Amino acid sequence: MQNDFIRIQEADFDLTTEVKALRKDDPRVGAVVTFLGTVRDMNDGSQVQGMTLEHYPGMTEKSLEEIITQARGRWDLYKTLVIHRVGPLLPEDQIVLVVVTSAHRGEAFAACEFIMDYLKTAAPFWKKEETPEGSKWVDARVTDDTAMARWS
Amino acid sequence: MKLELRFFASLREGLGLSGESIATPSEVKTIADLRGYLAQRGNPWAEVLASGKVIRCALNQEMVSDSTVLVEGAEVAFFPPVTGG
Repeated sequence: MQNDFIRIQEADFDLTTEVKALRKDDPRVGAVVTFLGTVRDMNDGSQVQGMTLEHYPGMTEKSLEEIITQARGRWDLYKTLVIHRVGPLLPEDQIVLVVVTSAHRGEAFAACEFIMDYLKTAAPFWKKEETPEGSKWVDARVTDDTAMARWS
Repeated sequence: MKLELRFFASLREGLGLSGESIATPSEVKTIADLRGYLAQRGNPWAEVLASGKVIRCALNQEMVSDSTVLVEGAEVAFFPPVTGG
C-alpha cells in the first residue's frame, strides 16, 4: 500500500478532497495536520503581480522523497502528501500543500513543520516574481536556513 | 570526463542555456574545479559563475558541496539557492 504521495503539477488542488482521500479507510488516524502555502501580493517591499515557479524535474521528486524518509525516521506517521505547483501563479493562488496523518497531533504537527522547513531549503524550486519594476528571481531567505537548522 | 550539465533559474537565464554535454580535461576533478573551468570561458560564464556568487550544485540529482568529486557520465546541475514553498 502506498503511504507517501508526491505531486508536482501546474493544476490547482482542493484541500478538502486531498485530506479526505488521504485518511480514507484508515481508522488508525487520530490527527491530520495540513500546511497550505499561498501567493502573497507583497515581497521584500515590492508589489507582486504574479510569479512563475521553475523546478528541476527528477531531482524535485527525489528530494521530496528524501524529506519524507527523514520525517518518518523521526516520527510515527501513517500517510503523507506533498503537492507543489509549478508554472505561472497569481496572488492568492495556492502553491504548496503538505498533509500528514498520525495517531496523535504532536507527531503530525512536528512532521508537517519539518517537511515544510526542509522543502524550503532543499527542494529545487525557484520563484520568479513579476513586479511593477520588472521581473526578478526571489532571493533565498536566511530565516529559512535558520528554521531548518533547528531540526539538526 | 564526460558530463551532462544542467542550469536552472537565474543561472539558466544568465547563460542563455539550460544544459550542455561536455568533456572536461583530466585536471577537473571536483565540483569547484568544474565551476572554475567553466568560468574561464569568458562572459557570460565568468560573470554568472563568479566565485563571490552563492551557487548550489547537484551531482546526479543530489545536493553536493564544492569539494565533491565528479564521476564519469554524471549529471551536474548548477543553480541558485532554492526558493520554493
